[in-house]
Amino acid sequence: MNDVIIFSVASLGAIGIAASVILYFVAQKFKVIEDPRIDLVEGALPAANCGGCGFAGCRAFAEASVKQAEDKSNLEGLNCPVGGNDVMAQVAEILSLTVEEQDPLIAVVRCNGSLANSPKKASYEGASSCAFAHNLFSGEGGCPFGCLGLGDCVKSCAFDAIFINPETGLPEVNDKCVACGACVEACPRDIIELRPKGKKDRRIFVSCVNQEKGGPAKKNCDVACIGCGKCVKVCPFDAITLENSLAYIDPEKCKLCRKCVPECPTNAIHELNFPERKPKLVVAGNEEKPARPAVKADAEAVKIADTREVKKGTDPIPEEKAAETPKSVEKDDSASTGNSEETREN
Amino acid sequence: MLKTFKLGGVHPAENKISEDKKIEVLPLPKIAYIPISQHLGAPAKPLVNKGDSIKVGQQIAKGEAFISANIHSSVSGKVQKIDAVIDASGYKRTAVVVQVEGDEWEEGIDKTKDIKRDITLSQKEIIAKINEKGIVGLGGATFPSHVKLMVPDGKKADVLIINGVECEPYLTSDHRLMLEMGEEMMIGVEILKRALGVNRAVIGIENNKPDAIEHLSKIAKNFSGIEVQGLKVKYPQGAEKQLIKAIINREVPSGKLPIEVGAVVNNSGTAYAVYEAVQKNKPLIERVVTITGKSVKNPGNFMVRIGTPVSELIEAGGGLPDDTGKVISGGPMMGKALNSLEAPIVKGTSGILIMQEEEAARKQVLNCIRCSRCVSVCPMGLEPYLLEKVVMFEDFERTEKERVMDCIECGSCQFTCPANRPLLDYIRLGKNKVGQIMRARAKK
Repeated sequence: MNDVIIFSVASLGAIGIAASVILYFVAQKFKVIEDPRIDLVEGALPAANCGGCGFAGCRAFAEASVKQAEDKSNLEGLNCPVGGNDVMAQVAEILSLTVEEQDPLIAVVRCNGSLANSPKKASYEGASSCAFAHNLFSGEGGCPFGCLGLGDCVKSCAFDAIFINPETGLPEVNDKCVACGACVEACPRDIIELRPKGKKDRRIFVSCVNQEKGGPAKKNCDVACIGCGKCVKVCPFDAITLENSLAYIDPEKCKLCRKCVPECPTNAIHELNFPERKPKLVVAGNEEKPARPAVKADAEAVKIADTREVKKGTDPIPEEKAAETPKSVEKDDSASTGNSEETREN
Repeated sequence: MLKTFKLGGVHPAENKISEDKKIEVLPLPKIAYIPISQHLGAPAKPLVNKGDSIKVGQQIAKGEAFISANIHSSVSGKVQKIDAVIDASGYKRTAVVVQVEGDEWEEGIDKTKDIKRDITLSQKEIIAKINEKGIVGLGGATFPSHVKLMVPDGKKADVLIINGVECEPYLTSDHRLMLEMGEEMMIGVEILKRALGVNRAVIGIENNKPDAIEHLSKIAKNFSGIEVQGLKVKYPQGAEKQLIKAIINREVPSGKLPIEVGAVVNNSGTAYAVYEAVQKNKPLIERVVTITGKSVKNPGNFMVRIGTPVSELIEAGGGLPDDTGKVISGGPMMGKALNSLEAPIVKGTSGILIMQEEEAARKQVLNCIRCSRCVSVCPMGLEPYLLEKVVMFEDFERTEKERVMDCIECGSCQFTCPANRPLLDYIRLGKNKVGQIMRARAKK
């Protein structure tokens, strides 16, 4: 009995010692020397593995950061949108580098074709997926560029930051958004854009991506950008460009002066988190609006001819000045309505 | 003896309400919207400008790419504009908008009903003529016919199959065409035979059209090498691959065209259009369209000019019924619901089906019960339940491996599913995504 125990203990021990010696040499031979900083950097990252940085996950981002620090000794082009500047500062500290502060981004839904603004003309009852509906038809509201409201963006979000508001049927982004860009990828109509969060969360953007001319765009949606170009004229910083009958505000150039917002005849330009406007401006805006139909009835033809001349003019400065006087504002207003009607006839 | 294909298939209710209605000519529209892309392949390039006066049959757009087709004006009048116009899906597509004035035809087109029997053109001339006159497959896929007739090097066709199956429920346009223009169609088949250089043509007709089988069999006696083959009623027998399997018992390999097994399939409507193009010099400017539905007052078959708004055809059918749930372009199985009734009738529109609200509503989606009915009815031998799952989970690698691209989108799986799952919706999405991935890979 004792023999058996001694024999098995001895033999197992011998095998163990032999194996450990082999394993030691194998481990020495095939040792992978890994930069310990990779683990440190990974530890600093938020471990969301969302892919917002453009890499497969946090580990891959950490490896890439360390590699770039070795090769180029900078962190240019690398940014963890989830962690933001704090995390990037930590990463830079681990790699004994410095990193420039970046403006945090946030997802912005550029469509306001809610159930009220763009009423249902058709009803869709197929599979609940925007990607699928996009291949099939233009949408329940009829706008071929607008939000389909089936929530591909909601499904793609790993941070619970975007949800469909049942009242409007449109997605809304809350402050949990980390700008990972998953919803931007998911949206088949490129409606969602990552824009700088802005100072005090203040943002101005065109809430429309419709590239149709004024008439057809307005037909489907009350708040569509009709490409009238009034915002372009009023912007003192050249931040707004007009392409394919669609205005776009460049967040880099925009100084958040808000001049374009009341100018938009369809309220397509949105301002977020700003304090209320001074009463003077509001009153002026209110006064202008009821005056519109009267002016239009007065001498429509003359006004349309007027604006054509204005449009042809190459010098924008006189118009800008003129826009401040109420008389020419009226002119402009009637012009825009006349204009959109003209395109509708076409 | 009646033949059919072996794998899968379903038997939807036929509902061929309009099968006894003779083909009537629909009055000309006031404004015609003629899209420049009515075919598979690259859009044609417009040849006319705003304000031009055009005649019926005048070429208004040229198909420049290899897979493309010419477009001819179906009406005479003035070009109002060339602009984006809402199509059946609600998206805007470029179309030539013509204000109709009178009905003046281009010279050289034989408008008479006289049957011209002698075929004088050679093989090359026939194909050139078909190309010139903008003939496309009228079964629904609208593949340019001249491309189909040009057999690639190293391949050889030995049989022409004419598709007179019309397996979609409700639709009767091909049926009426075969009955009323049988002889013209048969000459068209003869022309197609010459264009392909084959000695044998088979016309496949399902057994629910015994009058058409009888009528065409009688005419076929005057032609050599054309036979009429009766087929058992089974959906989707009108699909190219299923029809080839049913008639000549050959199986087209996955991802390949029918020419691989020596067959070329054309629709009976296409054969008639070919007759008109080659013998009468008439381009494809009109086609037979069925207007049908259970609540439609006056269902029927109409000869409709291309570009006529759907709403005018519906008026001819007695107006839009009150209980309309959906207006579908095509049949109930594969057709697409229209987004706008102002969408024009195009070369590929075989019918307009107005479904009742009750009939059109989708039923509540339940959980898959693994009954595998979808597998047993799939005519391509796929596993629809599995495809739905993998597409849902966005595993497109697996989707491709499960041969999603072989799906012919016949809808048999969704039709038969006891849990009302939207199987075809997801399969189509999968096809779309996998197609994108494959194209991106091919570019690399």
